[in-house]
Amino acid sequence: MNATMSATHPAPSKKAPLRPLVEAKGVTMRFGGVTAVGNVDFTLGEVELRCLIGPNGAGKSTFFKMLTGQLTPTEGSIRFRDIDITGAEPHRIARLGVGIKTQVPNVFNGLSVRENVFVAAGRRKSIARTRAIVDETLTRLQLTAIAERNVGQLAHGQRQWVEIATVLAQEPELILLDEPAAGMTHDEVHRTAELIREINRTHALIVVEHDMPFIRMIARTVTVFNQGRILMEDSVERVLADQRVRDVYLGKQAA
Amino acid sequence: MTPVDRRSAAGFLVTLGTMLVILFGAPHALDTFGLVQATGFAALAMFALSQGFIWGYGGVMSFGQAAFLGLGGYAYAVSVINMGDSTLPILIAILVPTLFAGLLGYFMFYGRISDAYIGVITLTVSVILFQLVNTTSGSQYRIGEAELGGFNGIPAIPALNKLGDAGNPLDNDGIWYAAMGALILVYALLRWVLASRFGRVVVAIRENETRAQLIGYDPRLYKLLAFMISAAVAGLAGCLYANWGGFISPTVFGLSMSAQVIIFVLVGGLGTLVGPMLGAVLIQWLIIEAGSQNVVDSNLGLGIVLVAFVLLIPQGLLPVVRNLLMRIPDLVAKARPAKGSASEPVRDARAAEVRP
Amino acid sequence: MDLAGLLTFNVLTGIATLVLITLGLGVIYGMMRIINLAHGEFMMLGAYTAVMANGAGVNIWIAMLVLPPLVVGAVGLVLERTVIRFLYGRMMDTMLATWGISLGLIGLITTLYGNVVRGVSTPVGSFEIGRYGASLYSLVIIAAAVAALAGMFLLLRMTKFGLILRATMQNPRMAAAMGVSPDRIYMATFGLGAALAGLAGGVLAPISGVSPAMGAAYISRAFITVLGGGPAIVTGTGLASSVFGVINELVSFRTTPVIGDVALLVAAILLIRVLPQGITGRYLRRSL
Repeated sequence: MNATMSATHPAPSKKAPLRPLVEAKGVTMRFGGVTAVGNVDFTLGEVELRCLIGPNGAGKSTFFKMLTGQLTPTEGSIRFRDIDITGAEPHRIARLGVGIKTQVPNVFNGLSVRENVFVAAGRRKSIARTRAIVDETLTRLQLTAIAERNVGQLAHGQRQWVEIATVLAQEPELILLDEPAAGMTHDEVHRTAELIREINRTHALIVVEHDMPFIRMIARTVTVFNQGRILMEDSVERVLADQRVRDVYLGKQAA
Repeated sequence: MTPVDRRSAAGFLVTLGTMLVILFGAPHALDTFGLVQATGFAALAMFALSQGFIWGYGGVMSFGQAAFLGLGGYAYAVSVINMGDSTLPILIAILVPTLFAGLLGYFMFYGRISDAYIGVITLTVSVILFQLVNTTSGSQYRIGEAELGGFNGIPAIPALNKLGDAGNPLDNDGIWYAAMGALILVYALLRWVLASRFGRVVVAIRENETRAQLIGYDPRLYKLLAFMISAAVAGLAGCLYANWGGFISPTVFGLSMSAQVIIFVLVGGLGTLVGPMLGAVLIQWLIIEAGSQNVVDSNLGLGIVLVAFVLLIPQGLLPVVRNLLMRIPDLVAKARPAKGSASEPVRDARAAEVRP
Repeated sequence: MDLAGLLTFNVLTGIATLVLITLGLGVIYGMMRIINLAHGEFMMLGAYTAVMANGAGVNIWIAMLVLPPLVVGAVGLVLERTVIRFLYGRMMDTMLATWGISLGLIGLITTLYGNVVRGVSTPVGSFEIGRYGASLYSLVIIAAAVAALAGMFLLLRMTKFGLILRATMQNPRMAAAMGVSPDRIYMATFGLGAALAGLAGGVLAPISGVSPAMGAAYISRAFITVLGGGPAIVTGTGLASSVFGVINELVSFRTTPVIGDVALLVAAILLIRVLPQGITGRYLRRSL
């Protein structure tokens, strides 16, 4: 899987090294009178791993939806590899190489695990190549044993894995994971962290999580959202030691 | 091939074999009247396939499928009256509804309107086509040689002839072979479409449109194409329907036509292809049986069947029967002292239910 | 000048007819997000009620304006309790069930009264707009439509029931949490929608042939108007009826009523391409 993935696109360093992978400028999303995301500037480099944290309602998922085209920002612009994707349709952004695991599992419930991955892998590829990707992905995520099971009948944690499998099978350049560890067992959380580090060797990721131990396992740089704005952006140690960040989380918990 | 694929392929072969037996057996087993009736069943079964495909697999609530049946029937009638030879009119009967569906579907799917609205618009379109064709009485409404005839319809439509040989029309046996043969062909083609990557994406979109979009597919395009395929099948059904009676009238566009095909699919089994065909034959047979008594209007029965199935057996007969059959080995195993995991096949059976 | 007067009058009548035939459908759609495919048959029942009552010697105005909404409203309540309530939350199944009810009602009335066209004579005469004669009955239709629309507005705006309706419409779970039973509200809404359809059938009985299949002649216009209007019941129905009424009447005047319906359909399809949620889905979202 790794080999095939890195073969499909040139090493990032060859591609204009100074140009960021994602560049959001002044992005704002208002719903009626509520500003869910306000004037956010955000940059992500090639093969970077970034964690987004922040209390519920801080605007993280809304920001993801704008990155994937599910929402069109009220103001501001988003560029992916220097292509303007502001308000582009989700399938067009996906074709540029953005994959997302959403917060609520978005899978094809009536199809088997294999079919889920097949549909994701098969866009514009030969059948043989698609089958190869499907088998690799299933093996990699240890889903082979349940490959013929109907996804609708799987446990929540397993469905999370299936969704991650569809995202990987799509062979994206940038992977967005919205709360990948939610509802997973302790062991599964560890496996997820390992997987994320492995993917990050060749791919850029943005991960939204609440689970601090999990963040420590994977993160280098962390961006903190609060009330639709970026509160701070720094290394994981400094962010987690920061009083403001603690206040935001504690304040939320106290309320 | 996975075990589920293998079972699905076995089901396909069994169905295909059965249909071939019927194709060659019916002319020997049935008298002329029976064969003509069977030809009508074949036309309606094909109509049911078009509804079963778009609704059961595409998840599109097309409630006005009669529009395409009618367009196909009228397109055949008008063009065969003008041309004489039936070869090209068959293609026209497929093409006209397909293009119409393309235009209508473009506005519906690219307008991103809700499922309920799609149901209402398709239904409204068929009602308005009905009213429109109904008002075409009089000799000023003619296309070439063909008078549309308003609510009286078009009588004496020339039957299919041997390909390219207008002077050689098919007899009852010939039309049976054409209708049933076309049904088998369309069934096999739809199975192929559903097994193809295109078909898998169509079903995936039915399951979760957002996910399909997030992995790079444009649901609007796939739904539009599926809608056009179903219109093509309905158009061919309309052509056969016009051939069957040698006559067509605006009732083919009518609400009860659209309702009937919904009932065929619902009774037979939504999400299958065999179910709708069986449903068509079963319900049509019941309507004919009921038609011989004049006490109760058949609409009353159809309405009760529709409500009863929605309330009590929403998955339709075929899946229910199939599940019962799948459970037999399980029950047998339970009757005997427990040995091995007998529950496994049942779970697989349920998984197979939604598969092409 | 006379012609312009007549045309204006006809356009107003057309708008009023659309309001009447749409309001019951709009109430059910706006409140419950259900498209009631039996709407045309509820109108048909209303028309039959008027015909039968009038034939039995009931005063024509009572037969047209009072009995149909009562009878059809009661039928609506019974059907809601026996069929519809089991299907809430399953939009497609609800539509299918109402379709089944539609077929069943056509079949039932055909079985009982035969597939023949009946009529009620118009209770009022005609008047003149310059050189043209116009039916006074159109004034009855306009008055009934205005009364129905105003009645709905007052019901939603001024009564406690209306407040509960609006609350449930905005947020069923919240309303339930406040002790309002959505089940009751839905039952009442379905009955109200049926009653309004019955009223439309009763009012239109004198100017249309009353037969088991008469509903089909009205539903396409009613569906289109609801789609165009969007979820707001009063504003949506009123606005969409005005827009579509003008189009329908003007095109019908130049061609035939059927072409008028075609024009309506084309206008609606073009409209929802731009405004998928209807006029009030995009604008005036907070209106009634």
